[in-house]
Amino acid sequence: MIKLEKLSRNFQVGDQVVHALDQIELEIHTGEYVTIMGPSGSGKSTLLNVLGLLDSPTSGDYWLDDIHTASMNDDELAAVRQKKIGFVFQSFHLVPRMSAFENVELPMMLAGLRPAERRTRVTNALDGVGLTARREHRPDQLSGGERQRVAIARAIVMKPTILLADEPTGNLDSKSGNEIVDIMEELNQQGLTLILVTHDPKLGRRADRRIGMEDGRVATDDRA
Amino acid sequence: MRTVDCNRIALGAVLRYPLRTAMMLLATSIGVGSVLILTSLGETAREYITGEFQSLGTRLLVVFPGKTETSGNMPGALTGSVERDLTLDDARALYRSPHVEILAPIVVGSMPVTYGGLERDTTVLGATHDFLEIRNWKMGIGEFLPDVDFDRTPPVCVIGRKVREEFFGTGSPIGQWLRVADRRCRVIGVLAQEGTSMMIDANEIVLVPVAYAQMLFDVSGLFRIIIQASDRGDMTAAKRDIVEIIKQRHYGVEDVTVITQDAVLATFDGIFDTLTRALAGIASISLIVAGVLIMNVMLVAVSQRTREVGLLKALGATRKQIIALFLTEAIFLAVFGGAAGLGLGYLAAAGLRALFPGFAFMPPLWAAVAAFMVAMACGVFFGILPARKAASLDPIAALAGRQS
Repeated sequence: MIKLEKLSRNFQVGDQVVHALDQIELEIHTGEYVTIMGPSGSGKSTLLNVLGLLDSPTSGDYWLDDIHTASMNDDELAAVRQKKIGFVFQSFHLVPRMSAFENVELPMMLAGLRPAERRTRVTNALDGVGLTARREHRPDQLSGGERQRVAIARAIVMKPTILLADEPTGNLDSKSGNEIVDIMEELNQQGLTLILVTHDPKLGRRADRRIGMEDGRVATDDRA
Repeated sequence: MRTVDCNRIALGAVLRYPLRTAMMLLATSIGVGSVLILTSLGETAREYITGEFQSLGTRLLVVFPGKTETSGNMPGALTGSVERDLTLDDARALYRSPHVEILAPIVVGSMPVTYGGLERDTTVLGATHDFLEIRNWKMGIGEFLPDVDFDRTPPVCVIGRKVREEFFGTGSPIGQWLRVADRRCRVIGVLAQEGTSMMIDANEIVLVPVAYAQMLFDVSGLFRIIIQASDRGDMTAAKRDIVEIIKQRHYGVEDVTVITQDAVLATFDGIFDTLTRALAGIASISLIVAGVLIMNVMLVAVSQRTREVGLLKALGATRKQIIALFLTEAIFLAVFGGAAGLGLGYLAAAGLRALFPGFAFMPPLWAAVAAFMVAMACGVFFGILPARKAASLDPIAALAGRQS
């Protein structure tokens, strides 16, 4: 469960202070499907970065599964990211020299899992996104949709509780985009909290809960 | 993260950029290779010099006029001024010691030598019959200097091969009269010896009886006395006897220096050992340069792979893990370069051996080990900065491909 209290994130740009996030109050329950929408500069990406513990708030509190994240150091935050959070990026962020298999294996290597365990999990994850046949292909031998599927497999292989996706369909054609969203929605139905940042109103409407951001504040918060 | 996984990821990166890796291998291997080649040159020089001295025989003592406190120095020979000359009588007196087997008093200098219309400056060495045995030289044709008393001056000479060729061509020199300065002497033999030994080129030499040489140079003293001891165990006793005999004859003044071949050997050994180490040090500079290159290349790698660093952070990599990954990559580059350098060095040494047979050209083991270790240390040392830089990147900026 995610809980934000009076959370602000300010950036210093020249001699001006930009309030990317301004006194956000937000609760997201385990298993929810949330889309975050809003114009450029509304703070939706900053919010996602803070939720993913890649960025720290300037003020306010963030509880993740009752862990108070503000009091943690970099390595503790890294450990929480490793165990609880999966990322899917617009530009996939696969390591180009590694095969699909190795890319999915990477977070487990960092976590120090045993090779046998890793092999089982990679096989299952790639199977789940329908890429078993392409496991030895490198990213440059895969289509955009396939790359994003590898990225999803990588994001869920550590069995996180939250999947954060930043414009996951932004670099894909609509058919592959739909397939990607289908896969993520299926994971959500299995209990994974899914938080998705998007420009695409059609994609935004698919979620049970739709948050609209404006000038660093939550402007709308609709539930289907 | 397991060490084996860390190595695998780093190795993957090393292999992924073959051109970069090849450049690094080249730089590091030149560094390591030059350490090996230069130290092998130093070692070869050392072995050559010590070999020269060993060829003199291990029972050798040399008596110099003049006294010095510094071992290995050559008194008199350098200063030219001594209080009292060594004389032929001194040399003869040395036979009183039972530890002296044979000896040869020596006078040396350079003189114009003429035959027919030909003239050249030649090293003229005054010696005695036993000199041949002491120096372990062989005769080509004819005979060596006659076995007569040191004071006798039969007008005969023995010449080196080159002297013979230049004056007599293919004709026989035996019985011909050479003019040395203003005196004449009859050629009775030609040395078989080739090459240079103890700074004297046996090819370009005219040997005359020692007293004859003293007349030629108009000196009463000796350049040195070379002594062969009765056996190797007697060296200390022989040295003591020699000093005692000369002291008696020189009114109680110990004004000669006696050195054994061992002492000379130890001195040259020390000099060339230092030389080899100095060469290794000079060559190590190229290793440091290779290290700086490794740093440069790794800094480029960090900026090229900024997004990858961002991703690793998003996936939960700690600061230590990212440092470990990049440092391991740098060490791999250094180790591979070092290994290639060892290959290059030994290959070059083998090439030198093929070009100059008869010389060892073997890089010493300590140099190989040290060069490899220095290369690895360079990898660690120069890999730290780029690795730390990668680890301190901000994850969001890094994911966007920005370094800050």
